[in-house]
Amino acid sequence: MTARIEIPSALQKFANNQMDVEVEGHNVQETLENLLKQHSQLRDHLYDEKGRIRSFINIYLNDEDIRYTDNLDTKVKAGDVIQIVPSIAGGQQ
Amino acid sequence: MTTPAQAAQELPPLGQTLTSLIGNTPLLRLAHLCPAGRLLAKAEWYNPGQSVKDRAAWNIIHQAEVAGRLKPGMELLDATSGNTGIAYAMIGASRGYKVTLCMPASVTPSRVKILKAYGAELILTDPALSSDGAILKAREMYRADPDRFFYADQYSNDNNWRAHFQSTGPEIWQQTEGRITHFVATLGTSGTFMGVSRYLKSRNPAVQVVEIQPDSPFHGLEGMKHMESSIVPAFYDPALADRKMTVRTERAYRRVVEASRREGLLLGISSGAALEGALTLCAENPQGVVVTLFPDSGVKYLSEHFWNDTLEDMTPPSGTKTP
Repeated sequence: MTARIEIPSALQKFANNQMDVEVEGHNVQETLENLLKQHSQLRDHLYDEKGRIRSFINIYLNDEDIRYTDNLDTKVKAGDVIQIVPSIAGGQQ
Repeated sequence: MTTPAQAAQELPPLGQTLTSLIGNTPLLRLAHLCPAGRLLAKAEWYNPGQSVKDRAAWNIIHQAEVAGRLKPGMELLDATSGNTGIAYAMIGASRGYKVTLCMPASVTPSRVKILKAYGAELILTDPALSSDGAILKAREMYRADPDRFFYADQYSNDNNWRAHFQSTGPEIWQQTEGRITHFVATLGTSGTFMGVSRYLKSRNPAVQVVEIQPDSPFHGLEGMKHMESSIVPAFYDPALADRKMTVRTERAYRRVVEASRREGLLLGISSGAALEGALTLCAENPQGVVVTLFPDSGVKYLSEHFWNDTLEDMTPPSGTKTP
């Protein structure tokens, strides 16, 4: 399944200055891992020292926060859009 | 004979005005995290709007009124990620100005509720563009209708940093009886750091001033700016700091949790970043008197996910020894 991951402006320089990247994957975890295979510099910005998504990052699949679906196991379909949004101003509830 | 009503008119009014409560905040001693008692912090949530931003917002509004640039019937407009907006909304309500604020749509629902409670109008901007998106929107709105708005422009208005030169700096000098050796603060607009540092240097050029920024453009430190990748505030002088520190988001979170468990202080996130820098300076300077500033309390951040972690789960504060 090929999904489109939108890269936040603060991280685009670690992804060849691209605003979005097309990536294969069956679920969000696999899709993110494949993104990091293409752009390894993103890893420290997205994951903490224990390999978890950093707690201030919200990941949306088609505008839905994955915390409220199956988290990183959430299934990805062709054409889905994944957004990586820092909760700079506090975070979504 | 004078009636009670006549007597009341002749006497000075009772009580205090809202804006007279701004400033003169306590200087706390963090005796558990720094047992030598050399770590002091301004508790800025004691301001009536519950953050340091009351100081800059009030000085910006007051000086604009004095200069005739803000008049009855005009609207106050600015970009703000939260606390400055709360200060504008509070002071604007008390003085009869409509307040319009541009902010990233990722602002917490509780923040939105506070602003709406004061009657402010909110313009939500693309969260992916962070505070820069809000700044660009405010500029666009002002250009489209300059007669309608007083554009407060906290990022360029010199009355921002001057508020701290005139109040926060002198308070710290007096509360430490001139014994301060180090001042360390986080950068947002940089107004606090610029104003306090300039005042302290004017009293004693040997005082070391240290600024703290996020370690990366991608961070979760509300209100703080990574200068290299942001629209740089007009009054930020990168040459003023004797030293520049950076803080990773998770370290600040850990310090917030430590402060709540060990000092009984519920801190905001940028206060956690300030505490990280202050503890580093305390460890490095056994004879020093280190002062930092806690911009707000943790009340507005209780929905953050890190509160679910135990201290053992959290990133150790490596590179910094807790004295």
